[in-house]
Amino acid sequence: MNNKKDVKGFLEFVYEFYKSMKAHEITLVYEGEITHQITKAFTSLTESNMSKDDEPNSVQRKVFHVMVECLQNISKHADDFTSNDYLFSGRGIFLVSKGENEYSVTTGNAVENDKIEYLTELLESINKMDKEELKELYKKQMKEGRLSEKGGAGLGFIDIKRKTGKELEYHFLPISDDTSFFLLTSTISRSESEL
Amino acid sequence: METIKIQGTEDTPKIILDAENEVMEISGRSLPEDVSSFYEPVINWLNEYAEKPNKKTILNFKLTYFNTASSKLLLDILMKLEEMHEKGHDVLIRWHYPEDDEDMEEAGEEYADIVDVPFEQVAYS
Repeated sequence: MNNKKDVKGFLEFVYEFYKSMKAHEITLVYEGEITHQITKAFTSLTESNMSKDDEPNSVQRKVFHVMVECLQNISKHADDFTSNDYLFSGRGIFLVSKGENEYSVTTGNAVENDKIEYLTELLESINKMDKEELKELYKKQMKEGRLSEKGGAGLGFIDIKRKTGKELEYHFLPISDDTSFFLLTSTISRSESEL
Repeated sequence: METIKIQGTEDTPKIILDAENEVMEISGRSLPEDVSSFYEPVINWLNEYAEKPNKKTILNFKLTYFNTASSKLLLDILMKLEEMHEKGHDVLIRWHYPEDDEDMEEAGEEYADIVDVPFEQVAYS
């Protein structure tokens, strides 16, 4: 950005980016390494915004739950492999949007292609389960599962589905021959009766 | 026996384990950066306490939020209490939850299902 034309182009991009955020009702977007500090900062920022908007307690609690689990998923898995591609190594994207009827929390991070089958099966099986089945699975996993080296309990997806009552939407986009970008979005209804 | 007193923070619960004054409490929020190392002193304390517990043991949980990684460690704590109960000690878990928080109430019910230990649910406003 060392000449006037580049600067102008960049600033125009910022405006387009801003408009696009508004159009998609995105209230928070972050790209980079997800640390515990970042998790704390984002959850407390979103909490204070929700309480300013007089969002019902139950909605606030659910958004908080989903945010924490999503952020911890990335912080525990985003660096599962090292990529030479600066775009995708150890980082992720995190965004929160607030629509008229719901909040949505979306994460994206690179994964190795050989994880796709496992993730797809896991998410599909959780999506198919009803409330009771999810509860039993959660209890079973809590009893029998072990904490991973990074402190994951294998309970995050189950918890999100239980708290939101909605299917986890996901998508894999190819990056290279052996890696893909894994996108996951969870929605939380803003109407208490739906929770 | 040594007393454990940990001040609560925005991501870690307040913990009091005081055998002498018979106060045992875990309250607040639990999403520590490293759950295992955060709860390690609690588990160690309970292991030592279980050797020679008080006549009656009441452990109060008054959590407003815990993440999934913490839920696993909370179960480990409850299982220690279950062991004591199995050995014939008088043990009671009191699970306090905000009256409008169905998820926290349900979490208590689930723990009560998993561990075989006297379990009391207490709603507060």
